[in-house]
Amino acid sequence: MIRFDQVSKSYGRNRQVIDDLTLAIAEGEICMLVGPSGCGKTTSMKMINRLVEPDSGTVLVDGRPVNSVDPIKLRLNIGYVIQEIGLFPHMSVADNIATVPVELGWPKPRVRARVDDLLALVDLEPGLYRTKRPRELSGGQRQRVGIARALAGDPRIMLMDEPFGALDPLTRAKMQDEFLAIQEKIRKTIVFVTHDTDEALKMGDHIAVMRAGRLLQYGTPTEILRHPADTFVADLIGSRKGLKLLRLLDCGSLMRQGAAAADLPVLPARATAEQALSEMLRCGCRSVAVADASGVTLGRLDLDDLIDRVARDD
Amino acid sequence: MTDRRLSAGLKVGAYLAAAVALTLYVVEWPQDSLVARLVTFPHVLALTGQHLAIVALSSVLAILTAVPLGLMLTRDWARQWTPRVVGFVNVCQTVPSLAVVALAVGLLGIGATTAIVALWLYALLPILNNTLTGLDGVDAATLQAARGMGMRPGRVLRRIEVPLALPLIVAGVRTAVTVNIGSAILAAFVGGGGLGDLIIAGNNISRVQVVVLGAGLPMLMALIVDALFDVAAEETAG
Ligand SMILES: Nc1ncnc2c1ncn2[C@@H]1O[C@H](COP(=O)(O)OP(=O)(O)OP(=O)(O)O)[C@@H](O)[C@H]1O
Ligand SMILES: [Mg+2]
Repeated sequence: MIRFDQVSKSYGRNRQVIDDLTLAIAEGEICMLVGPSGCGKTTSMKMINRLVEPDSGTVLVDGRPVNSVDPIKLRLNIGYVIQEIGLFPHMSVADNIATVPVELGWPKPRVRARVDDLLALVDLEPGLYRTKRPRELSGGQRQRVGIARALAGDPRIMLMDEPFGALDPLTRAKMQDEFLAIQEKIRKTIVFVTHDTDEALKMGDHIAVMRAGRLLQYGTPTEILRHPADTFVADLIGSRKGLKLLRLLDCGSLMRQGAAAADLPVLPARATAEQALSEMLRCGCRSVAVADASGVTLGRLDLDDLIDRVARDD
Repeated sequence: MTDRRLSAGLKVGAYLAAAVALTLYVVEWPQDSLVARLVTFPHVLALTGQHLAIVALSSVLAILTAVPLGLMLTRDWARQWTPRVVGFVNVCQTVPSLAVVALAVGLLGIGATTAIVALWLYALLPILNNTLTGLDGVDAATLQAARGMGMRPGRVLRRIEVPLALPLIVAGVRTAVTVNIGSAILAAFVGGGGLGDLIIAGNNISRVQVVVLGAGLPMLMALIVDALFDVAAEETAG
């Protein structure tokens, strides 16, 4: 667990960068940090691994103030994807990813196996990319190596500063899905900075909205969508709130179990309610069938259910 | 890479052949008996050896002092001293090499040691400057990533900063050594030996052949070392 307790930081006399930040991030959750450029997202993140020390207040990891922990030990247990990617240009992709395992003194075969696993995980063919240098990679590939490098030591906490910033929308969506799938298995505590509100809504268990060093709102995506704390947060979320709420729901949890008419369009249980609505609009029907991965029908989802669910505030 | 090595090897071979040819020419076809008595193969070989030793010792000393100094001056705790140290070394560099040698004689008397000390001082600046430039040139994001992942400062230095700065450090050493090969001629003026002896002797007896030999051999030596550094530069470029 990560906790900020009345943390403040200024650079120079009147450059208050973090202003009385109090925030608790639960174990195994993804906390998204959003806010305009310069609002202090990166600075807050760097306080967790002690790259930046607060002027006042305390940052705690697992109940211990970080300034009582040896910074090296602390950092070896916190995966860090920096905003600028920061791959080591003189090292191969494999050596970059192996950084933390090597610092931890893992035996060579274990390091090598770990590197290959991670390359495969971020969708880079190990045989092809192991020996490449960072300069031979595209921006998106570099970013994926950066993520693999941060995961290498199997840390319980990950700090990810705009990890998908350099990806095209398609790859980005794919990486988000894959990352969420991985997270379901590995359950790390993740602090994730993004400029993209949709990404925050999609990935976050909780979202922290910051502005000028202050925390404006901290809540689940649904809470933020339904009850924005002020006009700033409301503007940040933007329009089409109803659709965005639908996007947070999946068909599996909304459907009525049982049989469905054979002529209905079929959607997987993982599909979002927004996709279901889109499908209804496309085919001009008021229901869709929901099936599991092997195509077996699980139930039916009706338009009225969608409307009720979004209109109901809970 | 092998291309670069091959061409460097060919260059070294050609320059060596030229040096041997030049020496042979003076030994076999001396202007007169005076030159014949002065210039023999063993004598030229001994002077070349002295010359090389002076250059090597002073350069190694310079590397061993300037590189650690550069590493130290780029640490946070020593930053405050950097401008002063660089300023001081810069001022030293503006003193003409002959004056440095003369000053060294005043302090250490005559002999090869004096020459080595003078050349060592003279080689400091290019190496120190390049070490500082190289280390300062390491991308801040790269350093931040290294620190943020839990590398100790010593490990960051060894695994990240030095390898990334190495091409520039080697370039500084290259400049220092090449310049030193020429400056080492001055060793002869303080009784330190080396190929400068030929220039002084040739001048005293007014025999241009000997002077040409004394000037030509250090020149070829510098070209050979430069060609070797081509390979080193290639190796460190990563
Ligand atoms: N080392 C520093 N010295 C002085 N000011 C700094 C320093 N680091 C950050 N700042 C200032 O602190 C503020 C917050 O910076 P930070 O990097 O945390 O912003 P951010 O929210 O991550 O922005 P972005 O979305 O652009 O990455 C900025 O105004 C920045 O100029
Ligand atoms: Mg930032």
